[in-house]
Amino acid sequence: MSLRKTPLYKMHRELGAKMIPFAGWEMPLQYTGIIDEHMAVRKDAGLFDVSHMGRIEVSGDRASEILNLLTTNDVKRLYPGRVQYTLLCNERGGVVDDLTLYMLDERRFLLCVNAVNTERVLRWMEEKGKGLSIADRSETLAQIAIQGPRSEGILRKICKEDLSSLPYYHFKEVEMDGHQVLLSRTGYTGEDGFEIYIPSRGVEDMWRRLLDAGLGEGLKPCGLGSRDTLRIEAGYCLYGHELDDSTTPLEACLDRFVCLEKDFIGREALLRQREEGVKRKLIGFRMLERAIPRQGYPIMVEGRKAGKVTSGLLSPVLGFPIGMGYILSEYAVTGREIDIVVRGKKRRAAIVERPFLRR
Amino acid sequence: MDFPEELRYTREHEWALVEGNTVTVGITDYAQDSLGDIVYLELPEEGTEVESHEPFGVIESVKAVSDLYAPVTGRVIEVNKDLVDQPEIINEDPYGEGWMIKIEMDDPSELDELLTAEEYRRFIEEEKV
Repeated sequence: MSLRKTPLYKMHRELGAKMIPFAGWEMPLQYTGIIDEHMAVRKDAGLFDVSHMGRIEVSGDRASEILNLLTTNDVKRLYPGRVQYTLLCNERGGVVDDLTLYMLDERRFLLCVNAVNTERVLRWMEEKGKGLSIADRSETLAQIAIQGPRSEGILRKICKEDLSSLPYYHFKEVEMDGHQVLLSRTGYTGEDGFEIYIPSRGVEDMWRRLLDAGLGEGLKPCGLGSRDTLRIEAGYCLYGHELDDSTTPLEACLDRFVCLEKDFIGREALLRQREEGVKRKLIGFRMLERAIPRQGYPIMVEGRKAGKVTSGLLSPVLGFPIGMGYILSEYAVTGREIDIVVRGKKRRAAIVERPFLRR
Repeated sequence: MDFPEELRYTREHEWALVEGNTVTVGITDYAQDSLGDIVYLELPEEGTEVESHEPFGVIESVKAVSDLYAPVTGRVIEVNKDLVDQPEIINEDPYGEGWMIKIEMDDPSELDELLTAEEYRRFIEEEKV
């Protein structure tokens, strides 16, 4: 099977990116280096091509009502210009996908879903969302993210709108250097930043203009490598690591994005789970010994297998290894010491609060 | 990419510098470039016996974990301890400051199995395809 390419593919090649396959796409892993790009985002700003993600527009007179039956968060709390983090669950309460939901107007919504799940979310919506009109906008719309403390200053150079009044998880349709774009104050790095949805034919020009505007501001093109290390430091879940079909949002500690007071697919299973208490829970931990935790490594407590690592790395900012994983709920207490089994050896770690970094 | 003529190479991307009975070992420019930012290294203690084609240590980049393979059988007589705190040296200078261990080899005939610079270059070209 040949890999799909985003409209910025040529640009990535031009910039000398190291390309890798990801979820059926050929994407940049890094340009200058993962740590270099990671630090640019924490200190200044970074520019990401995230066009591999799925963009799905749904509309209809009853769109809000139907979406509310499909997603865990309360769609009624949305208004035009507001974004919501939410999840799709199966009947067992397992996560089909986690996504951001944009309310464009009273009867139109945009869903931004994981690349790896785009096809199944489309099928899921068609099957379970009778009455919705569904359009896959992934090809016609491209998506880039500019993340880091200097993002707003850089955007101000090419956008006349007042961006300081755009709060977190809100968006606006604005003109940027002759392009009509949807500009949203969202991201996946734990930093201030924006995501830009733009017609695909204009994205290469926009990317160049942003890089130009970022000259002297420390803006760097960033690949999927740093996107992953940044989200781990920020303590965010990634589908395929912290989330999957057999993991519920309650186990993933995403309770605040689940509204059990309304009806939705998976609600009964989640109500039951809340009643009985979750058996395992997502934790963050830091290593107390020099060893890097990786997905799949066993977690032990008092000599007993107590869980598994889902993500881990040597934190570029903190300077020590950190990770996330699932552990039996009885052990999920901040401060508790646990062991991570690294290549057959037990290494000490301690449970800590997420996010690992605070802005 | 640079592959010095005076070195010998393994198919696991280590290089070997042979001086008398002593073999200095590190990873190639190609290996460090493929791994990306190197952040962690586990090397054996001095005195450890290592075996050719068998792992003698572990190297981790931001993204991946890989074993390090001994090019020859013998005893580790020196370890580059600076690398443990500054593994990024391997990215910066893989053939110089980035050397990892020195082995006193048991059987010099094992060297015949190693690749020359030219053979190694051809080997990675084939591996890429």
